[in-house]
Amino acid sequence: MTQEVFDELSRQRAKEVINRYPQPRSALLPLLHLVQSVQGYVGQQGIEFCAEQLDLSTAEVSAVATFYTMYKRRPGGEHLVSVCTNTLCAALGGDAIYKRVCEQLGAPGKPLSHEQTAGEPGSPGSVTVEHAECLAACDLAPVLQVNYEYYDNQTVESASELVDALRRGEKPPPTRGAPLTDWRTVELELAGFYEDLTAATDGPSAATETLIGAQLAEASGWTAPAMPEHVELPPVPEKK
Amino acid sequence: MATQPLTPVLTRRWLSPHSWTRETYERLEGYQALHTVLVGRAGGEGPAHPDQLIQLVKDSGLRGRGGAGFPTGMKWSFIPQGTTGPAAKPHYLVINADEGEPGTCKDIPLMMADPHSLIEGCIITSYAIRANFCAIYVRGEALHCIRRMTAAVREAYDAGYLGKNILGTGFDLDIVVHAGAGAYICGEETALLDSLEGRRGQPRLKPPFPATAGLYAAPTVVNNVETIASVPAIVAGGSEWFRSMGTEKSPGPKIYSLSGHVEKPGQYEAPLGTTLRELLDLAGGMKDGIPLKFWTPGGSSTPLFTVEHLDVPLDFEGAAAAGSMLGTTALMIFNETVSVPWAVMKWTEFYKHESCGKCTPCREGCYWLLQILERMVAGEGTETDIDTMLDVCDNILGRSFCALGDGAVSPITSGIKYFRQEFLDLCKAQPAVPRPDQLDDLVGAQS
Repeated sequence: MTQEVFDELSRQRAKEVINRYPQPRSALLPLLHLVQSVQGYVGQQGIEFCAEQLDLSTAEVSAVATFYTMYKRRPGGEHLVSVCTNTLCAALGGDAIYKRVCEQLGAPGKPLSHEQTAGEPGSPGSVTVEHAECLAACDLAPVLQVNYEYYDNQTVESASELVDALRRGEKPPPTRGAPLTDWRTVELELAGFYEDLTAATDGPSAATETLIGAQLAEASGWTAPAMPEHVELPPVPEKK
Repeated sequence: MATQPLTPVLTRRWLSPHSWTRETYERLEGYQALHTVLVGRAGGEGPAHPDQLIQLVKDSGLRGRGGAGFPTGMKWSFIPQGTTGPAAKPHYLVINADEGEPGTCKDIPLMMADPHSLIEGCIITSYAIRANFCAIYVRGEALHCIRRMTAAVREAYDAGYLGKNILGTGFDLDIVVHAGAGAYICGEETALLDSLEGRRGQPRLKPPFPATAGLYAAPTVVNNVETIASVPAIVAGGSEWFRSMGTEKSPGPKIYSLSGHVEKPGQYEAPLGTTLRELLDLAGGMKDGIPLKFWTPGGSSTPLFTVEHLDVPLDFEGAAAAGSMLGTTALMIFNETVSVPWAVMKWTEFYKHESCGKCTPCREGCYWLLQILERMVAGEGTETDIDTMLDVCDNILGRSFCALGDGAVSPITSGIKYFRQEFLDLCKAQPAVPRPDQLDDLVGAQS
């Protein structure tokens, strides 16, 4: 059964992932990302595939797959929109953004809720929405991610335009991250496989906020104290 | 000697074009510390003995930047060395890059801007603790960081800084960049190890500590990104230089992350012991001049501070003496327009969602605390709800399996401590809704 969905390439990739680690089971998290890149979610076949590769029971794999929020149990959209609704983002507009995005992606009077999808799952322009916990970009709040690429300093209007564009099949560039692809492609990247790592790596990262302290220091002529010319290491401590 | 308001060490390369490439890193003194350690200085002493490096980091006073502030050199020295018993097992270095504490946003920009500083730190640290395998566990949602780290690791292999026989010295090291899958609890070091072993990320009972039984039950050092990225600079500048910044017990520079209602939020690298008043000056003050109401010194798990704490020195001792913790120096700043009970409810939603479910006080406690807070924020609370919450918090704090439970009660207890009246005001808005009305709807509640 799993052979139909997970072809020879998937099996080769699984072996490659397993070989990265001193012990095979460490490969389970990346393998589940690999499964999502193939199927768009973690279903029973994906569970069986991982179990076969690692010589685990399906129960052991299921226990792991259900623990982590990034593993989805149902097919989702071409894109995953994650809106941070933790306290700081929420206070700066994250709650309002999430509400608007859900309304916009839903039918009139029937907004989408967490992990629901607008459009046929997997089809071009389909979008799954979720509220996310802190996305570690608080200086750029409110933030959202599309396929884990950052869209910083959002407003209700900018987020609304963004999801409209996604629904039309467009791929607006993120503030920080690589050019937008789709959720399955980034799941393959999370498993450690890149089509063009150099190009993806060169996507922007440095927001004004990221650099603000370094720029202020430079403009003010502030530096850390100068390092001494010659530094000696301490002597080898005596064994007790 | 007084230092300047900002002391860029970790952030000093961030302004350079393509700062994430090996080319830029090497042009700006990158990998020189590694040469010093593995090969020795030209015309000077030969390669370093691993124990000299552990001593150097001890002397520097470097403390863990992931929140707990444990002395880094001491942690390294706990790794048993030798050829018998547990010491004979392989040793491992694991980098905790699972940044997810609300408010915390320093490691992700660091790894994006200067991944090679972390890699160089990993190589030096692995050499010191005699490890030949290192895993960098990056939060899955931090995809661009994972790309930058992965690309940098490949560049380091190409240059002979990683792999077999590094720089011809006979030292071997492999680094793997490992993507997480969305679980805040994996920032807890033993949960991270379980997760890295391909299991549910749930914390382990300690002892044994990771130093003796960590990854694959072998001796393991788990350190935060910012901690290990500091190591090359300490090797280059020495312990006295490092101690010329910060305070006696909390030396060195630290990336303070300012977010929320400030004019210029962002990353400010300043000596430990800097105050919020000083940082606010650098960041252009409160946004639109609306006064400060409450803030966290180091993420949502550190008890709230108020206006009266503007001059608390933000180092490990200063924050603790004022009743909170330094945490990750994630300064979330809220002005007078934000309701404290609402903010506390939002944080409690987070802890309830992220509680791993392993221990009862945290799993059940966070769930019920959220029920109470939602009711209060909806205007249906009662005065006794405040006491109930404090009682529940008392049963979580110190009684949970790991620090997540302790962190979960911080916003609630500190919120009530400083802003009790706001919680009471919510009750007064709805004096006519007594609790028994709701209990009637609960099957089995009235036994």
